[in-house]
Amino acid sequence: MFVHLTREEEDALDEKHGQAVSIAYKILLSIGKATNAERLIPVDWVHLSGVNYNTIGDAGVKFLTKNSEEMRFLVPTTINPMGYDSHKQNNLSNNFKRQQMEIVKAYDKMGSIPSFSCIPYELFQLPDRGHNVSFAESNAAVMANSVFGLHTNKESSLSALASAVTGKAPYSDLRIRSIRDPKIKIKIETELNTELDYGILGYFSGKSIKESCVSFGPEISNIDIYKSKSLAAALGTSGVCGMFSNKEINGNNISFGKEEEKSVMDELNTTESGDVIALGSPQLGMHELELLSNMIDGKKFSKKCMIFCPRSLYEKASNSGIAQILENAGGSLICDACTCLSPLLTHEEYDGVITNSVKAAHYLNKSSGVSVCLTDLRSIIRKYTR
Amino acid sequence: MSYSLRCRVIVGGKARGSILVTKQPINFLSSVDHLTGMITDKNHELYGEFVKDHVLVFPYAVGSSVGAYSIFALKSNGVSPSGIICTSRTDITTASGCAIANIPLLELCGDQDIAEIQNYNEAIVDGISGILQIKKV
Repeated sequence: MFVHLTREEEDALDEKHGQAVSIAYKILLSIGKATNAERLIPVDWVHLSGVNYNTIGDAGVKFLTKNSEEMRFLVPTTINPMGYDSHKQNNLSNNFKRQQMEIVKAYDKMGSIPSFSCIPYELFQLPDRGHNVSFAESNAAVMANSVFGLHTNKESSLSALASAVTGKAPYSDLRIRSIRDPKIKIKIETELNTELDYGILGYFSGKSIKESCVSFGPEISNIDIYKSKSLAAALGTSGVCGMFSNKEINGNNISFGKEEEKSVMDELNTTESGDVIALGSPQLGMHELELLSNMIDGKKFSKKCMIFCPRSLYEKASNSGIAQILENAGGSLICDACTCLSPLLTHEEYDGVITNSVKAAHYLNKSSGVSVCLTDLRSIIRKYTR
Repeated sequence: MSYSLRCRVIVGGKARGSILVTKQPINFLSSVDHLTGMITDKNHELYGEFVKDHVLVFPYAVGSSVGAYSIFALKSNGVSPSGIICTSRTDITTASGCAIANIPLLELCGDQDIAEIQNYNEAIVDGISGILQIKKV
């Protein structure tokens, strides 16, 4: 099968609309071939990853700076967190901050919405269910498909960038309705209570399957957004699966029980405690900030605590008094950034990080080289506040 | 001794190099050092190996969407694989990263070929005809 391009798309690929647009079509063509697309279709919203200097490095800065001269976004485009909160004191190097700001400038020039958030679905009025979008950032792609009924593949930073520049994406994989029907089920054979339990389920499932859509059965029908986010983020971290569903299917089951739970914990829970608590990967939404402030109930954190959330929600939380409750408890609310691959959480500074995020645990252990104490939120509050 | 396998061309171009093969997926953001090209994930069977100038054969990339930039960074830093073969389903991260980094990328249909490839140590990737030639030298 080959990707059929229209005359206009062929022209764009042949640099008739400039080199940068041609690069975008070259990307779309490669992912179209990879996913067996017959053609390109329009998308109504794009969410980009590849904003944190810690992840894209100097090569990424150079690529974006150069292409921002020509590339312009044709559809609303939100962007992921960057490396730090520029409104707060930090001891990051001048080079880090300078390079980070080059990235911010490049995205701004191309026309992005400066969201610096991995949870655009909690901040913006996204297109209605059934619409095609292009979401990089694995948790956002999985949430868009599974909870908000949008149609996206599990895009990469570069493929979503190509969609922003062209307004198009390949018609393939999870954009095709039949593929959105799960063909494989993870059979839950243990009790799931906390958001961490759902994260562990997601991490195990991503590792175990190579299908694009997975069923967890009706057991997950009524889970709240905190649990959905934990599940989506972990699923997106360990595998290629871009969607979960509660549709029941017959046959093709993989069991998830105590033993499978333990195998994930053995891999990611690498220390008994830590010197800092990090909450927010994905960033915390309003519901979670409220939940946290209720749990704290006037107590104070006994350890340093970083709470990552979008700036617009921080402002809302400040107006409603929730931010003050968290700050009075000793929590530090950090905006525009996230636990994952933040230069604020390094092994030079911390021996261990306490978190309830399976996604954060993966990246802290494997990329940042920081040990992780993986604990659910309720237990964190019980153990580390007084 | 040499052997040819027919593949699907995802990103064109030609490459050759010694074979680095694994049955495990790779997270390019969390598991490969962008400056040295070393596989840094202690739980990965290629832990400690360098991808530089190799023809990397693996099922597909997993995890972070930023992995596409990681592939581009490996190339920019001069430590990337010379060619890449996905053996299961070519993922969007690998395809888009290779497209920008100009790394030839082929898809081999079927995991069963990995066992065969493990018996060889040199590969020639032809991203025009779609032929992967593997040799024992």
